[in-house]
Amino acid sequence: MKLDLEQSLASMKTQLTAYCLQKGITNPIVVGIHTGGVWVAEQLMSVVATDAPLATLDITFYRDDFTRAGLNPKVNQTSLPSIEDRHVILVDDVLMSGRTIRAAMNEIFDFGRPASISLAILYDLGKHELPIQADVIGERLTLNPDQRVKLSGPSPLTVSVIEAH
Amino acid sequence: MMRSDPRALQLNEHGQLKHFLTLDGLDKTILTEILDRAESFLSMGEQSVKKVPLLRGKTVVNLFFENSTRTRTTFELAAKRLSADVINLNIETSATSKGESLLDTLKNLEAMQSDMFIVRHSDSGAPHFIAEHCTPNVAIINAGDGRHAHPTQAMLDMLTIRRHKGTFDGLKVAIVGDILHSRVARSQLHALTTLGVDEVRLVGPKTLVPEFFTEMGATICHDLEAGLKDVDVVVMLRLQKERMKGALLPSEGEFYRLYGLTEESLSWAKPDAIVMHPGPINRGVEISSEVADGERSVILNQVTNGIAVRMAVLSMAMSGQLQSSEVQTAGDE
Repeated sequence: MKLDLEQSLASMKTQLTAYCLQKGITNPIVVGIHTGGVWVAEQLMSVVATDAPLATLDITFYRDDFTRAGLNPKVNQTSLPSIEDRHVILVDDVLMSGRTIRAAMNEIFDFGRPASISLAILYDLGKHELPIQADVIGERLTLNPDQRVKLSGPSPLTVSVIEAH
Repeated sequence: MMRSDPRALQLNEHGQLKHFLTLDGLDKTILTEILDRAESFLSMGEQSVKKVPLLRGKTVVNLFFENSTRTRTTFELAAKRLSADVINLNIETSATSKGESLLDTLKNLEAMQSDMFIVRHSDSGAPHFIAEHCTPNVAIINAGDGRHAHPTQAMLDMLTIRRHKGTFDGLKVAIVGDILHSRVARSQLHALTTLGVDEVRLVGPKTLVPEFFTEMGATICHDLEAGLKDVDVVVMLRLQKERMKGALLPSEGEFYRLYGLTEESLSWAKPDAIVMHPGPINRGVEISSEVADGERSVILNQVTNGIAVRMAVLSMAMSGQLQSSEVQTAGDE
């Protein structure tokens, strides 16, 4: 399968601009989830009017599969400004089960009480296991069970579908 | 009683920590992982809720057979910041005084479905004994045992050194004072040699710095000036009066005159040398107030780093324990 990354990113930018207008979201904080989400969020910063630099989130300590999968050996820096009463746009590369987003929302609330959280996703793979939907979606994909989307970056940002064995 | 090798006992079949008993036998990769993970917990200080849900629903028991307020408090804070439920047991004043054996006390705590014991004991090897014989599915963390080891203290010292010096390569470290009675010094020596510092000097009187430490890779100095010359890190140890039953020292005054760290003796070290002390400090016995409160002292940074290192060790051991028991359960079916 061939994916058109440029087209999906352009679609996200258009949707995000319209979404913020429609919802009256001004001066939001854009939060990328490590690692792919940060790269996607960097691409979106050009269409978001905000004084806040890109914030990053590592959800390792908030995962719900600690007792099963153990600790992730590599933990990236979480760097969030004060989010009290601010609008948050959460960005990730892929939405599947929704568990990462749940963990990310839990972590965000440990930093304060945001005015709102919206979700922007590059690829929505369906297969949601939680009542979590994205507000902005670059592209909806249907993959075979053994296929995965792999994002490489940050520059150049490229995407491919790989077969997992 | 036969004992297995503690080095093998504390790792699971994937080579991950499942107990934390000693630094002896842990390689550089694991020690570095502890430090890296501790760094990521340090940055948690920015959160308004200083807590992560990693150990939510787990029960951690502080089993202190010997008093230590600071160590117990930082372990308790570390466990609570990981969202675990924590119980503090001061064994001296509890069931053992009614005649219950240690083994029975532990069996009871296990029956209460505890997930982790943090053990402090005046006998060397007590945490190892508990890990091996008592409670197979409980992670055991050594919070100091006799003269043997105090691995979390050594790792918080390593984190403090790395944060101030950036690296371990090429560093010269002097550990000064009562080496003989110090479990901290033994653990530090393991950690420093594993992480690859240039030189570790053990400095103190002959009665308190026995020659056999050279076998562990240290240089021995009985003269403070020679010992401190050009070092990057000075670690002062507390004179352990409570462990000193024999006449190992002429007097405290004599010790301070010969081995006390003052502005004058500190001037023999490198100008940017840092001063560490595991605490509690005896002002005017092993260190002057000027130095302890001076700008090269990182003694309070050590305390802050101690919580992060203990969070790292608790989460890694719990993770390793869970991975290990999963495999055991799968094997049983």
